[in-house]
Order: sequence, then C-alpha cells, then structure tokens
Amino acid sequence: MPFIPHTKEDTQSMLDVIGAKSIEDLFDEIPVELRAKPLENVPAGRSEMAVNRLVRQRAAEDVQPLCFIGAGAYEHHIPAAVWELTTRGEFYTAYTPYQAEASQGTLQLLYEFQTMMAELTAMDVSNASLYDGASSLAEAVLMAVRANRKSKSKRILVPRTVHPTYLKVVKTITQHQGITLEMLDYDIDGGHLNIDTLPSEPGDFTALIIPQPNFFGVLEDVDALTDWAHAHGALVIGVVNPMAMALITPPGEWGTEEAGIKGADIVCGEGQPLGVPLSSGGPYFGFMCCAQKHVRQMPGRIIGATNDLDGKPGYTLTLQAREQHIRRSKATSNICTNQGLLTTAATIYMSLMGPEGLRRTAANSHANSCTLTKQLNAIDGVETIFSRPGFHEKVLRLNKPVKEVLSALEDRGILGGYDLSAEFPELGNALLVCVTETKTEEDLQHYASSLQEALQETLAEVSA
Amino acid sequence: MSPEFTSGIKSNQLIFEHSATGRTNGAQMVEDVASASEIPEGLLRKTPPMLPEVSEMDAVRHYTRLSQKNFSIDTQFYPLGSCTMKHNPRACNTLALLPGFLGRHPLAPERFGQGVMACLWELQEILKDVTGMTAVSLSPMAGAQGEFAGVAMIRAYHDANNTSGNKSERSEIICPDAAHGTNPATATMCGYKVREIPTNTDGDIDVEALKEVVGPQTAGIMLTNPSTLGVFDRRIKEIAQIVHDAGGLLYYDGANLNAILGKVKPGDMGFDVIHMNLHKTFSTPHGGGGPGAGPVGVSERLKPFMPIPVVGKDVVGKDEGSFRWLTETDLPQSIGRLSAHMGNTGVLIRAYVYALLLGREGMVRTADYATLNANYLMARLAQAGFDMALPSRRATHEFILTLKRQAKDQGVTAMDFATRLLDYGFHAPTTYFPLIVPECLLIEPTETESKETLDAFADVMKTIQEEADANPELLKDAPYTLPVRRLDDVKAARELNLKYSPAKD
Repeated sequence: MPFIPHTKEDTQSMLDVIGAKSIEDLFDEIPVELRAKPLENVPAGRSEMAVNRLVRQRAAEDVQPLCFIGAGAYEHHIPAAVWELTTRGEFYTAYTPYQAEASQGTLQLLYEFQTMMAELTAMDVSNASLYDGASSLAEAVLMAVRANRKSKSKRILVPRTVHPTYLKVVKTITQHQGITLEMLDYDIDGGHLNIDTLPSEPGDFTALIIPQPNFFGVLEDVDALTDWAHAHGALVIGVVNPMAMALITPPGEWGTEEAGIKGADIVCGEGQPLGVPLSSGGPYFGFMCCAQKHVRQMPGRIIGATNDLDGKPGYTLTLQAREQHIRRSKATSNICTNQGLLTTAATIYMSLMGPEGLRRTAANSHANSCTLTKQLNAIDGVETIFSRPGFHEKVLRLNKPVKEVLSALEDRGILGGYDLSAEFPELGNALLVCVTETKTEEDLQHYASSLQEALQETLAEVSA
Repeated sequence: MSPEFTSGIKSNQLIFEHSATGRTNGAQMVEDVASASEIPEGLLRKTPPMLPEVSEMDAVRHYTRLSQKNFSIDTQFYPLGSCTMKHNPRACNTLALLPGFLGRHPLAPERFGQGVMACLWELQEILKDVTGMTAVSLSPMAGAQGEFAGVAMIRAYHDANNTSGNKSERSEIICPDAAHGTNPATATMCGYKVREIPTNTDGDIDVEALKEVVGPQTAGIMLTNPSTLGVFDRRIKEIAQIVHDAGGLLYYDGANLNAILGKVKPGDMGFDVIHMNLHKTFSTPHGGGGPGAGPVGVSERLKPFMPIPVVGKDVVGKDEGSFRWLTETDLPQSIGRLSAHMGNTGVLIRAYVYALLLGREGMVRTADYATLNANYLMARLAQAGFDMALPSRRATHEFILTLKRQAKDQGVTAMDFATRLLDYGFHAPTTYFPLIVPECLLIEPTETESKETLDAFADVMKTIQEEADANPELLKDAPYTLPVRRLDDVKAARELNLKYSPAKD
C-alpha cells in the first residue's frame, strides 16, 4: 500500500483498541445513501517506476527552444546551491511557522528575506511573501484603500503600461470592493506614462500605480510621477522587477525632496527573477514592502525579532491581529498559505549573488538587450518603437504580422518574444523581446539572422 | 562547548553577520558591463543594497544549519489538525523538477507545452471524479484563493440569474462558528456580510438556527464536512435542501477532504462548488508555509463562471487530442484570472504524480487509514485519561481533545502541553482551533504514520500529564531542548523589529 505503513496485525490490534470490527465500521456515521460509487476516472495505482517513465516522457515532450520571451517571467541563471538547499527536507516539508520554537530555521530565513527585500527596494519593511506578482498588485490596491485614510474616493490611477494580465487579476480580486480603476494612456513616443497627461485638476485620488520597468520594458519617470501623486494626496504603489532594483533607483528613493515626502508608499511585484525557474508559470512568489507607517495595513505574514525567556534572540510571526485566523471577517486579507519555499530559494539566491552579483546580472541583461536591439534595428523591416531607455526588454515593430514571424522563428529553434498586437493594436505589428544574462553573443547573432530570414520568408509567403 | 558555538561560528548569527565587504562568490559573477548602459545617470541606483557578501560555502553552511532548526515531516511527527501533514513522497518532487517542466516559459506557445498540459488535464479529470463535480479549474494558488474563486462564482451566478437584470440582492454568506478563519475573511473580500450559525453539542450544525437565518438575502453557505470539529455532519442533505430551497448555493471547504477521499463525494452531498488544498490531501509539500494549490470544482450551473485558464482538450478536428488553454474567449462569464499565468503549476504536477501513485484504490485507502489512525489515537488518549470534546462521536481523520479540566485544576493550558510536546520530539497539534472548544488540541495523525509512532505520541501525552500532576511549572517554561525557549510575542508586536540593521560602531 503506497505510503501506508500498517501491517495486517497493526490494523487488527488498532481496531481492537477502538472496539470496531472493521475499518468500514469507522464510517458508520456517514448516511449510506451518500457513500460514493467507485472512482471510475481515476486510473489504477501504478508503481513509482511506471509513473516515472510516463512523467519523464511528458517532460521530454516539452523541450524548449531558445527563449526570448519575458513579459513578467524571466530566465536567469540559478546557482546550483539554491535548490539543493531549498529542497532539503527540513525546509521542504516544514509547516507554516505558527509554532515558533519549532520553526526557527524558517522564521530566521524569512527575517533575512524581509531584510533583503527592504534593502533591494529601499523601503522600510517587507512582508514574508504573497502568491505572485499579479495578486500582489491586487493586494496592494486593497491595502492602499485601507491606508489612505484621507481619500474617500477609492479611485486608483492605473497606467496602461502595467502588465495587462496583472490588471485582469486586480479586477478579479478587487471587483467587490467598490474600487474604481482609472486607466491612463501611455506616451506613444516614449512608451511611458507622461506626467503631462495626468489629471491637472485637483481631485481625490487614492493611489497611483507606477510600474518600473513597465510592461514595455521602458523605465518610467518615477521621480516626477511620485511627486505628482504625493502632491495630490495619492499613495504611490510601485510594481517593480526586483532584479532591476540592483541597477536602477529603488522605489524607496523615488521622488524629490520638494514634494515633502520621498519614496513610494507600497511596493510589490513578482519575485520570480530571484532564483525561481520559469516552471511553466509557477509556483513563483509575490513580494510586498511598504513605508513603516503603513505596516499595520500590510497583508500576509510578517516575521519579527524578539527574545525568548532567557533573553536569547529568536523570531516569531508578528502583527497576527491583521490576519484571518484571528480577525476572521475583519482581516486585511484572506491569505493564509503563502509561498514560503520560494522565498527560501530567493533568500539563498540573494545570499549567493550578493549586491555585486545581482548588479552584474542586471547590468549584463540590460547590455545584452541593447546589443540585440542594435543588431535587429539594422534589419530591414524592424524598428524600435519607443525612445525612452529600458531595462532588458524592448518593443520592436515589424513590417509583417508578428504571429507569422514568431512561427517562422520557432522553426529555427527560437521563441522570439511576446506578441503585443492583440492587447496593444495601436502599436501595429509590435513584438516585446527580452534578453537576460543567460544569452551568449552567438545566441544574439542566431536571433538576428533568424529574424532576418523569417521576415524574408513570410514576405515570400505573402507574395506567393 | 557552548551551544552558541559550532565550527567557530555563532549558531544564531544572521547571514548578514557572515558578510565581509568586498567578498564575492566568484562562480556567480558574470562579466561587468557597466559601460554598456543606456540608462541615464539619474535613473541609476546610487547606493548598493545591503545584501550579504559571502562565499558559497558560507551560504551553504548557514542555510543548512538554519534548516536544522526546523521541525519538518521528514524529521518529526506533525499531528497538526486541519493541516494534513502526511509524508511527501520524493518521486513527486523529483519529477516536478524535470528540466522540460522547469524550463518552460509560461507564455511559450501551446505546442511546446503539450507534456505539462496533458498532466494538468488528467489531474483535472481525477479531481472531478474525486469531488463529484462537473468541471475543475486548477488556477487558484492556495486554498484561500480557491475559496475566493468559489464565493466569487456564487456571486457571479446570482448576478447572472437575477431576472431584473440588476445585480443580485443576496448579500449574506452563512458560516458555522467552527469555520476556518479564511471562510469569513473570503466572504468579506467578495463583498458579503457574514452570518454565523452555532454548532450543536454533538458537533453537527444547529439546523434550527440555520432555518432562522436563511432567506432571500442568503447567497450561500460555506461548510467543511467533515467539520473542523473532526466529525461528519450527518444532516448534510437536509442542510443542502434548506439552503437550496432558499435559492442559496453550497460552498465546500476542502481542507478536510483527506477523510472522505473515495468514500463520499462533495458533489453527492449537494455542494455546488468546492476548493481543494492539494498541499493537504494530495501531499504536496508545505514548504514552511507554501506554495499551496487550491483548485476549484464546480457543478454544472457554476461551470461558466470558473476562473481561467482551464486546460481544454480538442476532441474533434485537425487538432484532435491536443491540449489548449481555455481563456476569456471560451468562458466569457468567467470570474477572471487569479494569477499572472496558470497558478502553481509545479505544485499541480506534484499532486498529479501523487494521484498516479495512489490510484483509485490508494485514494480510498488514504481515507481508510487516516480514519483508522485518528480513531485509534483518540481511543489511546481517552484510555490515558484525556477528555475528548465529542466523546460520543466517531473521529474522522482528526479529533479534538480538550484540556479544560487541566487548565482549571492545574493551571496548565493547551499551549503548555503543545510546547512541552516539542521537547519530546513531536510537533504540537493545532491549538485553540476551532475557537468554540476551550483549551483544545486538534489532532490529525494522517494515514502515513505507523502504529508505533501513534503509540509513542500517546505515551508522551500521558507522561506530560504526569508532569503536570507533579509540577505544573515544568510545563509553563517548556520547551527546554529547542534552539530557543518560549518566545516573547508581546515584545515582538510592541517593539517591531522586522529587518536587520547593522550595529553602529
């Protein structure tokens, strides 16, 4: 019996202690008419050997071409030690650290994680993770409504340069709370949110979301936007790529002194670039940091340092009065389980990379993106759309439908990027191309020459 | 040697305290290309973040040592009620970490994902059968998100079926007082008012009280069956009838599915929507607090509202037999997306492997032995003189012991017993939940524990009772043998210290 250790004798002697004749007797409180028919659509049990063979075949079907897709999930090198350590049974099979004395390993690690995330974003405090980037933005919106007590409008300003799927998730999760999401268009030349297009009239705004970099990979004018928000009584929600933070101004330093308040109020995002493989989309982890004054409105688990009876330092879950298992219907969120194992990986990843390793990874990704863009721009029928600098993604306009070009690239062993033409039709045949530090010069050349061929090929098809 | 010192390093140091300015982990350094930057000076970071500067060995030692400060299923018995801490088979992890699955970008075209999609599609089919529901969406990333999806679907259903064309005026969700905290929190997130109903002394829901609160304002009821009290609600069909007659829907919290796997299907009990915690019943690891996975199953009438994406299989045409994502186009009435991609795919693959290993007979056996273990441990503890909260009832996969008498007579609490258990190498059971039973321990042994382990646990509980009889103070100061003694939670909350700051010279 897989994973059941009982011998026949064990079962019999246990039934004797209970005073039951058979295991079946233990289900005698369940009304007979409710007893299930046999499971027909569950296959018969198989040995580990047989399952191994089947699932390995499945995984082997999914051999991946060279990937230049980003759009919220990024391929970075992950040091071998990260998952070797993360999948140690003591991390992998531990429960949520409610019983602090028996969970000091996980708790100390999460305290280190909170420190690292607060450092990376230059914010005061961090929580111990949320589900993923998209749902972390939804939680940030809900948090902003709670935290901005001066605002009554529940109006959230959302640039169209926020990840379109994040926006969908925000809508799903916040739709029952009377929140208005007001979309702000982007600058067609720069690909960023132009400060001049923000409402000029005074009004009651709860928060402004600032993506950095934005969905197009473009760097937003974060200082001006932050100042505008604070001048209008709105909180600033930064949704950032944590890898980029090693290279560019972190949200805690956004804005100028002139506005009186410096820095974003809430920062969230997708933690996947920090040591988590692409994994077909998950599990990843969301993170959230905020200014100290908002900490009691932050959702999710938070770890605090304290002392034990002997005065020895230790760590424990704190501010639990915010959470569902205490406050029930009045909790800041219904979140319970989060993404503990992924934050374990991220903490070990950041330790192994250090500030310099992380900066170089970010800088290298940026440089590779610049190099490829230059090569592609030299191809007839390819142009960079936006003038503002980016991180490691660029939007290119092609003179052919993106779908056809991508398909031709796939035949050459390349996933060429993310097709923007459905969600941003105004950009024409627009393709979002991502390059990270994992790509070599040969990879970039292969992409450039393949794209050139692909464009000619689709041209030939069209004319044929 | 002092326990503070091992290998010359203070065992309670933080990774930052192993750091030395300028120390790098050379193997992870890519070429420095600072000069190739197109980013203007004004947007560049001025001060590097204070991240650790350590060698690979420093990091490996530090995190290995930290891991050793944890209890885990791999090292200890974990009788945490409501959490189903069963063995996590290694095959599930090994296979989920295959490069084909790990290396796949979530936005890669479907033709490069047929392997993983086949696994997910089959998992949907397995979960449909186990729950007796019409369709399953795997996308919610944890139980609480599954709950959110479930209640949001109830809301969408009522709105879609409101004949006036306006939004439904049903404004209340009913929850038993013994419900998991996530239930009322979820109802609030979906914009509902929560109506609590009491539980009878025999552990079943007070049906008379239900009749009083149910009405045209009722959107639905959220139930766990077996309940959080560890008993099967015998009047579930009647409850379903009452709620359905009032036009409300029934939500099944699948936290306790382990007890009835292959024995009873929530769909047959009359539930319209269910979430499952795959990190409980389907043995995916808890990982120190996630990742979980909280798929939802729905009855026919809620199918149009399922969260997307769902894996579909083409049954006709040139793509027959191939898998594709069902999205907004296929399910225009969907409540929408809950994650950036497809939920916690890696967790779903682990659950799929586990389901294949168990097979249909294994599922039923899981419920059989989870129930046998719970009833046996309950009988052993009753023999040892402990009071059960519901002595006249069968245990399901878990049961509740109450230390009310001990608290009154000896001043020792459930927390004292729980922390003392740690000294004997057992993780504590769930304490103080459900909230309606005073000084309770909610104990769930799971099917993967042997009789020997259960006997050892019962013996230790008896020993602790003897300690409490002789010297209650001994329990108050427990634990004694763990990396730390009892922690000061009040200090943690009052003097918030949520990140490390280096000591100033």
